[in-house]
Amino acid sequence: MKYQRELKAAFKISIPVMMGYLVLGFAFGLLLVSFNYDWYLAPLMSIFIYAGALQFVAINFFNVKAGFVDIAIASLFVNLRQSFYGLSLLKRFRKTGKLKPYLIFGLTDETYALLTTIKDDEQLKKRWYYFFLTALNQIYWFVGATAGAIIGSNIEFNTAGLEFSLTALFVVLCIEQYKNLKNSIPFLVGTVASIFALIFIPSDKMLIVAIFISLLLLFFFRKRLDLND
Amino acid sequence: MTNFEIYIAIIIMALVNFLTRVFPFLFFTKNDLPKSLEFIEKFFPATIMTILVFYTLKDIDFSLSPYGAKEIISILFTASLHILMKNYLISIFLGTIFYMGLVQYF
Repeated sequence: MKYQRELKAAFKISIPVMMGYLVLGFAFGLLLVSFNYDWYLAPLMSIFIYAGALQFVAINFFNVKAGFVDIAIASLFVNLRQSFYGLSLLKRFRKTGKLKPYLIFGLTDETYALLTTIKDDEQLKKRWYYFFLTALNQIYWFVGATAGAIIGSNIEFNTAGLEFSLTALFVVLCIEQYKNLKNSIPFLVGTVASIFALIFIPSDKMLIVAIFISLLLLFFFRKRLDLND
Repeated sequence: MTNFEIYIAIIIMALVNFLTRVFPFLFFTKNDLPKSLEFIEKFFPATIMTILVFYTLKDIDFSLSPYGAKEIISILFTASLHILMKNYLISIFLGTIFYMGLVQYF
């Protein structure tokens, strides 16, 4: 194969993501079919949406029969952080040609983390290396999710409590965020906005309301946050 | 939701998701960011992650016994694991098993 070297290098660096995506994808597939949705929705979503947190949240959308506008707004905010990933990859992706649309599509948290930590190896054809890395990660996610959905719909699992995998994912991501920021205001803002929305807003509108309140609060604290920089 | 509604929902999510990923490539040519976007870029991820933790607990009734104790204990367990072991796979996996144990056996 022409780009074997790039594939090998990409595989090697993607192993930690493989373990994470297989397990988390499996949990997603299992959770989806535990609500009696068709198994093939798991691979379908993993191909076309391919965003871990959003796919988990999507199960909630299905369950509460969320409105399409609400889904669009909530998805936008759940994935807003991804917009900022691209900003630091503008240069890196400049010479990737026709592979670029897929590289942008496949830009998950973990793929972004790998792409930005890669050391420059002059021997490698960059764009193919990036491509294999992105594609391998999506394959892991796809395989995990599909396996979870198929196995979950054929074997009786007591899945009560499995939905906590999503809570655990966000708790872990919070801790990682704190390590980077060393500033507790954004977390306090999120907590206050969430508790307010939980108490006063019907649960199917809670996410959007919490997001808007927290944006207002963040801008209110802007001077203080900038000072802490 | 019916399957038809789910397909539409998936299309919407796929489009919005791609939009958030492609946005900077459409509108910024170099690293020239407006100041307010930079501010949101830095602090909003932490806020949204916090909100999402609460969002996943939105159907738990904290006014009824055991007052969300299982969820709170499991979150503390997951967080401690992650702070100690620094491995997100272990934290998520064991945290979930721990919660499933609490829910299924107590």
